[in-house]
Amino acid sequence: MPALQRMLDPTPSGPHSGESPLLRTVGLTKRYGDFLANDSIDIDVWPKEIHALLGENGAGKSTLVKAIYGLIQPSAGEIRWQGERIVLSGPAEARSRGIGMVFQHFSLFDNLTVAENVALGLDGKESFKDMSARLEQVSKTYGLPLDPKREVWQLSVGERQRIEIVRALMQDPKFLILDEPTAVLTPQEADQLFVVLERLKAEGRAILYISHKLEEVKRLCDTATILRGGRKIQTCNPRLETAASLARMMVGGEIKEVKPAAGRKTTIPRLVVNDLTLAPDEAHGVRLAHISFELKGGEILGIAGVAGNGQDELFAALSGERLSKDPGTIVIEGVAAGHLSITKRRKLGAAFVPEERLGHGTAPRMKLSENALLTGHAASGMVNHGFIDTAATLKTVDKATETFDVRKAKRDPEAASLSGGNLQKFIVGREILRNPAVLVVSQPTWGVDAGAAAVIRQALLDLATAGAAVLVTSQDLDELAEIADRIAVMFHGRLSAPLEASEATREKLGLLMGGSSLEPKEAAHAVGA
Amino acid sequence: MELVEAIILSVLAASTPLLIAATGELVTERSGVLNLGVEGMMIVGAACGFGGAWLTGSIFIGALSGIIAGTLMSLIFALMALGLAVNQVATGLALTILGIGLSGLIGAGFVGERLTPAAQLHIPGLTDVPLIGRVLFGQDAFVYFSIALIIGVWWFLYRTRAGLILRACGDNHVSAHALGYPVLRIRTLAVMFGGACAGLAGAYLPLAYTPFFIPGMTAGRGWIALALVVFASWRPGRLVIGAYLFGAVTILQLHAQGWGVGIPSQFMSALPYLATVVVLVLLSRARTGGSTAPAALGTAFVPDR
Repeated sequence: MPALQRMLDPTPSGPHSGESPLLRTVGLTKRYGDFLANDSIDIDVWPKEIHALLGENGAGKSTLVKAIYGLIQPSAGEIRWQGERIVLSGPAEARSRGIGMVFQHFSLFDNLTVAENVALGLDGKESFKDMSARLEQVSKTYGLPLDPKREVWQLSVGERQRIEIVRALMQDPKFLILDEPTAVLTPQEADQLFVVLERLKAEGRAILYISHKLEEVKRLCDTATILRGGRKIQTCNPRLETAASLARMMVGGEIKEVKPAAGRKTTIPRLVVNDLTLAPDEAHGVRLAHISFELKGGEILGIAGVAGNGQDELFAALSGERLSKDPGTIVIEGVAAGHLSITKRRKLGAAFVPEERLGHGTAPRMKLSENALLTGHAASGMVNHGFIDTAATLKTVDKATETFDVRKAKRDPEAASLSGGNLQKFIVGREILRNPAVLVVSQPTWGVDAGAAAVIRQALLDLATAGAAVLVTSQDLDELAEIADRIAVMFHGRLSAPLEASEATREKLGLLMGGSSLEPKEAAHAVGA
Repeated sequence: MELVEAIILSVLAASTPLLIAATGELVTERSGVLNLGVEGMMIVGAACGFGGAWLTGSIFIGALSGIIAGTLMSLIFALMALGLAVNQVATGLALTILGIGLSGLIGAGFVGERLTPAAQLHIPGLTDVPLIGRVLFGQDAFVYFSIALIIGVWWFLYRTRAGLILRACGDNHVSAHALGYPVLRIRTLAVMFGGACAGLAGAYLPLAYTPFFIPGMTAGRGWIALALVVFASWRPGRLVIGAYLFGAVTILQLHAQGWGVGIPSQFMSALPYLATVVVLVLLSRARTGGSTAPAALGTAFVPDR
C-alpha cells in the first residue's frame, strides 16, 4: 500500500524533482491516551503550492496543523522544514521560522484594538508605532482594509478574518496555514479571499488550506491530501478528481443521496410571522426589524445569511426564549403566540432545535432520557401528575436511537459523551418523534459528519412530506439548496423576500448576504400573510 | 481650618491600604483571575508585618515580611485555582477563611505590643505650609509608594508589551494560548503581584495606621478593595478616585457620629458597597458594546498539550 500511495502521489515527481519540499512531515503521530488523532502522516508541501487538507470532522486535520504550528508536540514522527528536521518549542518559534496560521475560531481579543491584536501576534521587536505603520501598509498592499484603532467586537466576521490574515502576513511567512477560512464568509467575500491567496502563491509562498468544501478545493488548490480517522488516505490533484470521488475518499464509502419525496403538497399556513420587530437584549445583539413570512405545512423555508445577522435573535423570538409584546407577530397553528412561553408554544405543536448542541439543545451532564424530558415534558406524556414517567423517557431515547441511527456506548449515556453528529441526530430525532406541526431548526448539520448530515436532512424532508412546516436556518448554501423549497436571507436583522429554491443562485444569495438588495421594492415588502 | 486638614490627613491614611490592595487585585483581575482572598492575604500580611517589625525593630523589614506573607498566601491560591483549575470563587473564599485563622495564630503573641509607627516625611518649610503642607509633604513612605505603584501599574498595562499580553490573557485565554503566550505563568505572576500588594496593604495597618496588632484588624478592607476594582471598572485612573472616595466615606462616618448627624453608622459602612452596585448598574446601562470586565475573568484555563 505505501508503494502504491507513492505512485499515486503527484508531487514528488514532475516540477519539484531534485529539490526538497518546504515542509515535510514524516510519520507524524499524535496520541491522546489510547486515541490516535494522527496516525503516521506523511505530507509534502512545496513553495508556490496551495495544498488542501481534506477530511471530515475528527479526521485529524486540526491536530496535524497544530503540530506543524508548534501548539502541540507530536508523539512520534518528525517535521522537516526546508529539508532539515525541526522540533518546535511553540508557535513563537514556528512564526520565527516563517510558518503562519489563520485559525478557524479566530484567536482574537474582542476588547482590544485591531493594532493591539496584530501586535500580540508578532514578536514585539519593533515599536508599536512602527508596527501600526507597517500594518497599514500591508493591509493596503493586499487589499485588506482595516482600521487599526477599532476594537474587535465592533467588526464583522469578515473583517475579523482580515485581521488574522494581515497579522500572519506581517511576519512575511513562507508557509501559511488556513483553517476553514471560508466557513464564515459570504461567497463574494470568499472570492476576495481567493484573490489574496492566489497572489500569495504567486509570491512564492506555500499555503496549507484546510477545508471540507470540495468545489472550493477543486477550484483553488493544486494538491489535496485526504485524511480519514487520523490516517492519510491519499494525496492527489483535486482538479483531476470529481467532487464525488473526493467525498468518497473523505467518508470512506458512498454518501446516501438525500431524496425529496415526490408529490409533496403544501397545506395550510402553520407558522406566520407578521412584522416582527424586536430590540436586542444584550450589548452585542442584533435588532430584528419588520420580519414577515408565511410558512405552510409541507414546506421547507431556508434562511441563509452570514452568522450574527440576527439568526440567533430570530430563533429566540420564534421559540419563545424571548417574548414579543404583540401576540399577533407570531402565529403558530392559527394561534397568536408572540407572548406565549416556550412550553405553551410546544403545546401548540411547535418544536425547536437550536444551533448550540451542548448547553442549549441539551444539558451536557444530563442523560439522554433526561434531555428528552426537558423538551418533551409539555406535550409528550412523559409526566404523570407531576411525576416523571422514566419508562416513557427511556422509550423516547430508544426510539430516537433506532429511527435515526444514534451511535452511543450505552443505552442512556450523558449528552456530552456523544459525538457531535450523533448528538445532533438525537436532538433532531427527539423533536421529530413528537410529530410537530412546526419545526424551527438552526444550523441542523453544523460540524456534523457527512453521513449524519444526510440522515438529518432526509429526516427534515420526510417531516415536511408528512405535513409539517419546517424552518431551517443555515450558513451552508448547499444544504439549503438541497432541502429548502424557498430561501430567504437575513442581513442586519432584516429578512429578504424568499426566493424559490430554483431561482436562488449562489450569486443572488451572495448579494443578499452582503446586504445588497436584488430589487429594492421586494426587500422592503416581504410576502404578505 | 485645622479640622479640614485633620480630615484630609485621616482620609489619606484610611485610603492608602485600600489603594494598595485594590491595585494588586486590579492587576490580578486584568489577567483574568478573580481572587476573592484579598481580605485573607491582607490580614496575614498585617500579622507578619507587625511580627517582622516588632522582632527586628525595622518598619522596612516589617513591610517586607507583609509582602512575603501575602505572596505566599497568593501562591496557595495560584496552586489551587491555576495549577489545579479549582473554582476561583470557592478558592478565594477559602483563602480568606484560612487567612483570618492563620493571622490569629501568628499574631497571638503580638497582641498588646506597641510599635513606633512609620516615620513621616518632614521637609522644613514645605511641610509647615498650612493646610496642604502636611498633606503633600508630611506623609509616610507607604502613601508615596501607593501613588507611585498605581502610576507604575497604569504605565505597565497601557504602555508596555508585557501589559498588553497580560490584558490579552484576561480577555481571551484560549486565543492567548493559541498565539503561544504562557497563560498560566502570566496569571501566576499576576496573582503573586496581587498577593504582594495585599500583604503590603495589610502590613500598613499595624506599621503606620495604628501601631499595634489586633486580630481581625483589616475589618473588611479587603472586601472594600475588591468592590473598588469593580467600582473603578478595572481602570487604574478611576481606581485612585474610588480609593480616596471610599476612604473618605469611612472617615466621614466617624466624624458624622462625632457631630451627632443622625445617619446610622451601619449605613455609612455600607456606602462603598452600595456605590459599587450603583456604578455597575450605570456602567451596564451606558455600555454600547464590548465588555467592561476582563472577558475571561474567573474562568479556569487548562491548556491541551
